[in-house]
Amino acid sequence: MNATQLINPFSLFFASIITSNILLANFLGMCSFISISKDMKSSNGLGLAVTVVLTVTTGINWAILNYVLIPLNLEYLRFIVFIISIAAAVQMLEMIIDRVSQALYLSLGIFLPLITVNCAILGVSLFMEIRGYTFVQSLVYGLGSGLGWWLAIMLLSAIRKKTDKSKIAPGLQGPGITVITIGFMAMAFIGFSGMLAVQ
Amino acid sequence: MDMIFFIAPAAIGGISAALAALISITDKIVNNYGEIKIDINKGKKELTVTGGQPMLFGLSEHGIFIPSACGGRGSCGACKVTVHSDVGPLMPTEVPYLTDEEMKNNVRLSCQIKLKQDLEIEIPDELFYVQEYTTVIEKITDVTHDIKEVLCKLPEGKEITFVSGQYGQFEAPPYDKVKDPTMRAYSMSSAPSDKKHVEFLIRLVPGGIVTGYVHQHLKEGQKIRVVGPFGDFQVRDTDAQMICVAGGSGMAPFKSIFQDMIDKGTLNDREIWYFFGARSKRDVFYLEWLYKLDEENENFHFIPALSEPQPEDNWTGPTGLITEVLDGYLKNTISQDKSKEGYLCGSPGMLDACMKVMSDNNMSADDIFFDKFA
Repeated sequence: MNATQLINPFSLFFASIITSNILLANFLGMCSFISISKDMKSSNGLGLAVTVVLTVTTGINWAILNYVLIPLNLEYLRFIVFIISIAAAVQMLEMIIDRVSQALYLSLGIFLPLITVNCAILGVSLFMEIRGYTFVQSLVYGLGSGLGWWLAIMLLSAIRKKTDKSKIAPGLQGPGITVITIGFMAMAFIGFSGMLAVQ
Repeated sequence: MDMIFFIAPAAIGGISAALAALISITDKIVNNYGEIKIDINKGKKELTVTGGQPMLFGLSEHGIFIPSACGGRGSCGACKVTVHSDVGPLMPTEVPYLTDEEMKNNVRLSCQIKLKQDLEIEIPDELFYVQEYTTVIEKITDVTHDIKEVLCKLPEGKEITFVSGQYGQFEAPPYDKVKDPTMRAYSMSSAPSDKKHVEFLIRLVPGGIVTGYVHQHLKEGQKIRVVGPFGDFQVRDTDAQMICVAGGSGMAPFKSIFQDMIDKGTLNDREIWYFFGARSKRDVFYLEWLYKLDEENENFHFIPALSEPQPEDNWTGPTGLITEVLDGYLKNTISQDKSKEGYLCGSPGMLDACMKVMSDNNMSADDIFFDKFA
């Protein structure tokens, strides 16, 4: 057992939400973060979808990594294998949600399939592999990262609601001011970094 | 040779296969809705259909044709059905086509509702009589420079029962850049007494998929799919004066209505004023027939009006916009004492203008019936 595996899952959970926020500390999953955050309702739906998919795929990928790739010495195939399993997981989730809860399915809409190509999802699986998390750690890290992503997009969309009504130099309107805003948010979050260890 | 050349592809293949198997198992379990019972109009008809498909297709499989102009793509908003069972919240694709009142009354678009559980639905009774016909184009006549009269013969042994004023859906097959069969609704201009034919008046609309097909490609002898009858534009059974206004191919329902009255011998029973608006003489048609009806029947009055008569037209009838002519007649000629009913068929602009004229002349909106081109 290495040092990382001794980290308390509970502290890992909070670390991944706040001090090592996948979005604001690692800048992963930016494209949908910037484009969707202009609407609060969609942000909420996407945040939920990312959280569910992150938790599920990190678990699946941990199992594939530890029971297939490592025993066969095939770790270098992780990128392609992780992407395949993420795509498959999203596909199955979509079918299950459609059957179980029509309301949730409708509120997620197009975001669910789009998550397949969200780099935060692949990023979390790769961090899980590099840091050598245990299964429980992987699950809480996936869940925490999802919640952190959800928190970040809700914060940004709330700020954008304000900035939309503010006077902004024409050249900076839209994505320009959004990226600057994200920079400030990241600085605020980075202030916490190192408080809780993730590896 | 290193074993890795076999193990690596085998591992990827194995993982992909396992995931694919998982997906198809999930699909089999999750998307298997089995047989679904649909109860239509409180037990009037009960269908057992395969679940998982949109309601529109499930119903048409069993001979219930809900009107649909777009073929189930959710872009026309015609396939409305009242659903009494709980089928979940409105889809974003349905919202633009439903009024607040329809949403309150559980009206849904049947093409957007996946059949998942037993359902109770309500549809207008006349939809039970809607059928699908593979017709043969018997005759195409140019009645004006941009309107064609298309006569379709129903297949042997099939008959159509409809009320004059109703419409049918005419399907153009794929052509040129149009990849899918396309259906559009047209009023039937033939009389209900002719149960072996349906006739449409189809005006060339610039850029129109079906009108473009009819005007450029349709040949006599060709097979065309027609579904009908639909619609509630029909003459009310009262003795009020009928104020009918039409423009262009809006002639169609009135041709059917008048011919039906002739067949039944009721044309002279009530006062009928038929206003037909056109730009110049090349846009008016059936003049002889209508003038003859006017002459032979004391109570039938035909008033064609040209807004831009050409010098060579030698036009002696009323000129000006149809709304002005209508306004003049409502004020000066048509009896103020007897009640009136308005029947309108034409473009949305013309209809709205005529409705305004009618309500300005004290006609109640409840007594104005219309068939708007959409």
